[in-house]
Amino acid sequence: MTLSKVKELLGAEILCGESNMEQEILSACGSDMMSDVLAFVKEQSMLLTGLVNPQVMRTAEMMDMRCIVFVRGKRPDQPMLDLAESHGMVVMNTPLRMYPSCGRLYEAGLKGENA
Amino acid sequence: MVTERYIVKGDDFQAAGSASSAMKQMLRGAGVPMEVIRRAAICMYEGEINMVIHARGGEAEVSFDGQEITMKLSDNGSGIENPQLALKEGWSTATDEIRGLGFGAGMGLPNMKRNSDDLTIESVPGKGTTIVMKIKV
Ligand SMILES: Nc1ncnc2c1ncn2[C@@H]1O[C@H](COP(=O)(O)OP(=O)(O)OP(=O)(O)O)[C@@H](O)[C@H]1O
Ligand SMILES: [Mg+2]
Repeated sequence: MTLSKVKELLGAEILCGESNMEQEILSACGSDMMSDVLAFVKEQSMLLTGLVNPQVMRTAEMMDMRCIVFVRGKRPDQPMLDLAESHGMVVMNTPLRMYPSCGRLYEAGLKGENA
Repeated sequence: MVTERYIVKGDDFQAAGSASSAMKQMLRGAGVPMEVIRRAAICMYEGEINMVIHARGGEAEVSFDGQEITMKLSDNGSGIENPQLALKEGWSTATDEIRGLGFGAGMGLPNMKRNSDDLTIESVPGKGTTIVMKIKV
């Protein structure tokens, strides 16, 4: 699924990385606990989260993720976006909550790692 | 052989991860494969976050000799009373405040062990902790 499709399905707004929207991602994960993302996630290219702090960007960076989606309209500040942008990541936010966000993507064919 | 030293500031949750980020770049420059870099980055980042939230900061030394990455993290924090227990999944002394920041599930040390080929913990309660992790390339 392309990131453009993700944006469309979630009614999301792009916060940075606009020029990288045609990338394909194969799976995603959703969590507010970075501990769990670091410990359980393998080969995921997109993170959905309701947590907003610079360590979300850092966690995604360490795991070579391509995109972060903040749910519930959460908005990272400019230094956080600069950090994400410097690693070529796409950052979006959606007014949807976590459950419907994941549900829409899953239903459209984007599975988690064990699917 | 390349060696780099990084200072990890203890009072700065915002800046945590910058040492891991710099290490990643160093390993990329040294031609280490991406999957190996990712494992090293996860180990180093978990260790760096631990130094920030549990030990008021510390220091990291990373070297790569062409065959093996060695990451040595040292701090002068409160130490780990029982390292065997600390290595158990779910064991954590983190506060609710730390959990609100997305950490503190007791997953870090087990994850460092899983992603490295060798991990040793030396800790003296009240004095500090030194963790050495090795990853073969
Ligand atoms: N450098 C350190 N200095 C002092 N205590 C530490 C240090 N590193 C870990 N600990 C202790 O070991 C426990 C387990 O660490 P671990 O990294 O596994 O989990 P955590 O940091 O509590 O949570 P998580 O890593 O999932 O965010 C910590 O709660 C803390 O008590
Ligand atoms: Mg930890």
